[in-house]
Amino acid sequence: MKISFDDLHKAFESRIRLGIMSVLAVNDSMDFNALKEFLDATDGNLATHIKKLEQEGFVESNKSFIDNKPNTRYYMTAEGKDAFHNHLEVLEKIINSQK
Amino acid sequence: MSKKQDHIQDIAEIRSMMERSSKFLSLSGLSGVLAGFYALTGVYLAYSLYGFRPTEIITNKQASDFSEVVVIALLVLILAIGTAVIFSYRRATSKGEKIWNSTSRRLLVNVSVPLVAGAGLALVLFSKGFVGLIPSITLLFYGLALFTGGSFTFNEIKFLGVIQILLGLIAAYFVEYALIFWAVGFGFTHIIYGIYIHIRHKQ
Repeated sequence: MKISFDDLHKAFESRIRLGIMSVLAVNDSMDFNALKEFLDATDGNLATHIKKLEQEGFVESNKSFIDNKPNTRYYMTAEGKDAFHNHLEVLEKIINSQK
Repeated sequence: MSKKQDHIQDIAEIRSMMERSSKFLSLSGLSGVLAGFYALTGVYLAYSLYGFRPTEIITNKQASDFSEVVVIALLVLILAIGTAVIFSYRRATSKGEKIWNSTSRRLLVNVSVPLVAGAGLALVLFSKGFVGLIPSITLLFYGLALFTGGSFTFNEIKFLGVIQILLGLIAAYFVEYALIFWAVGFGFTHIIYGIYIHIRHKQ
């Protein structure tokens, strides 16, 4: 089977987006500030990347208020989970095929 | 082959992000060693100064006769937790991380449920005079807490939990030696395990 780089989803080209997906893969949900801390990203940067993942349908959010402050929790959709696992498999195959 | 390097780097990053976001990794082995020493000192004081040497499950002495032992146990607990917090704080800040984040919160919640249940039961049994069961109960529930907590920090903590549970069960059967198992569980096991964790997770 020939594996091409085209099999890698464009959405995961950015390290930050890959990071967001990694965090949400092992945590049921995570709020914006915690994500920011783990990924060491700025507000604007993180928001842009999350938006892109939301557009892909990989990530969804729940908005609520904690102590009158808006709190947004993000979680991975089933589609996102599939795409992420698929991405990992392709990465693995590429690395193995080039050994 | 820079492309391949990129992918390997990607995978390394994914793995590290998964672990860092789900596990509290600033736990300090040295604080475990110190906790072991506090516990050994506590057991020694309870034994030699206050004659705490339960030989049967039910004691005919009044619970108030052992109130000093409860104070010692609480002091050991506070010292051990305090040391763990300070050492973890230092480790976390040296890595540029905050100590109070979603991973430490989750670890704390999961550990405290079995711990509070066990402490409650221990106090009830103590007040009813079942003093001989205290070492066993505290070891058992502490072991359960560690076993649960192991999912949210270094995996090895789970194994430490199993050891404490086994010691707790043995201590329940051989009540006359319960104090020795108490010292082994909270004292020696902590020291050995603390050294192991310290060496294994130095960075």
